[in-house]
Amino acid sequence: MLESYIPIFMMLGAAALFGLVMVKLNEWLGPRRPSAEKLSTYESGMEPVRTARERFSIKFYMVAVLFIIFDIEVVFLYPWAVAFNELGMMGFVTMFVFILILLVGYFYVWRKGALEWD
Amino acid sequence: MNLIEPLVKVVLILAVMLTLVILLVYSERRISAFIQNRIGPNRVGPKGILQAVADVVKLLMKEDIVPKNANKPIHDLAPMISIGVAMSTFAVIPIGGTMVLLGQSVRLMLADVNIGILYILALTSMGVYGITLAGWSSNSKYSLLGGLRSSAQLISYELSMGLSIVGVLLIAGTLQLDGIVQAQSAYIGGWLPAWNVFLQPVAFVTFVVSAFAETNRLPFDLPEAEPELVGGYHTEYSGLKFGLFMLSEYVNLVVASAIIVTLFLGGYSVPFAEYMNLSAQTVSLIQVLTFCVKTAGVILFFVVIRWTLPRFRYDQLMDLGWKVMLPIALANLVVTGFILAAFS
Repeated sequence: MLESYIPIFMMLGAAALFGLVMVKLNEWLGPRRPSAEKLSTYESGMEPVRTARERFSIKFYMVAVLFIIFDIEVVFLYPWAVAFNELGMMGFVTMFVFILILLVGYFYVWRKGALEWD
Repeated sequence: MNLIEPLVKVVLILAVMLTLVILLVYSERRISAFIQNRIGPNRVGPKGILQAVADVVKLLMKEDIVPKNANKPIHDLAPMISIGVAMSTFAVIPIGGTMVLLGQSVRLMLADVNIGILYILALTSMGVYGITLAGWSSNSKYSLLGGLRSSAQLISYELSMGLSIVGVLLIAGTLQLDGIVQAQSAYIGGWLPAWNVFLQPVAFVTFVVSAFAETNRLPFDLPEAEPELVGGYHTEYSGLKFGLFMLSEYVNLVVASAIIVTLFLGGYSVPFAEYMNLSAQTVSLIQVLTFCVKTAGVILFFVVIRWTLPRFRYDQLMDLGWKVMLPIALANLVVTGFILAAFS
């Protein structure tokens, strides 16, 4: 059973190794002539103003939170879809109620304006 | 357990992927040149076919610049995550049935795990890390905003992607990609191949649109919108680290096309092949060929779209993802479930 995952780990390892070798090869082959201007942060030719580690719009955070809620819903749907033939009409009704509850939340966040980007 | 066979397959996948990407970059540049009435690269090698190889060698010899304020270990790690995840996704995609090679019957896929689709979704979510970490670790405002936008875009469209797959799962009843291909080798009404594109047309459309967004292709290539964000999350990358991001973008394109073919276009199955009295070996050869042709067709579609449509604005992109794609995918799921429950 778990044996079928060995090739996947080999693939992951090989792909990661490929990335590592390429990056190291580039460091080794490329020239190395640093200067203060070259190593400064790019800001369209201006002197960089402060750092980039600053506050950013809360919208991105909202999207992440909403994503977690709906992604968990999707994850719940997967086993249901695979076992659908055995569950029949009862299984469908149960899941319909589940989706309905989530839809209420979906329309709530829509009305609240969490999905607006202005 | 025999470890030689998967090892050979892993090396083959890596080699074939890299060759494919090199050819793909070349053909995309030639096709775009054709669309825009230019000539395109035609100097390196016959007809310019080695242009992409020359590009890789050039990037390899370039200086690897890491900005002073950047977080070096993460700055190095991000492109490796991107390329590693992109390459590994191919591990579960079946490119054919079983074939006899060197006196051994070989499955034409790397790992036949029973959670194939979950694995693909898990890895596409991992891909977000590469981009977000690249944007954050560069410590540049352009990179940070590009990375943030990109991760918000990727996770938004992952929802409709995941939901449209559920429609396919309802019909196939398995998460195993090989099982989904087998389920599509039947016929509707005795003549139309039971491909999910016919059974689930709405899911097909939402999935393809999400795949465009997930691979950062136009009209969804906002992560690197040049006029506003310079290079987006890879503004501060140079040399082959920049090349690895480009590479993983193209690998993602190949993988996304292969997934679309597997889930919706019948995968490697060849309609009506069982009526032709072919030997098992010929059939599996044709299957591999069919898979390649179908995938190439989808890739061509991606390339032509890229040079046809303008780019979305960011608010339009988010509106489409949350207010259009998500409800459509959910409605499709409910309707499919109802029909299946009522008529089976």
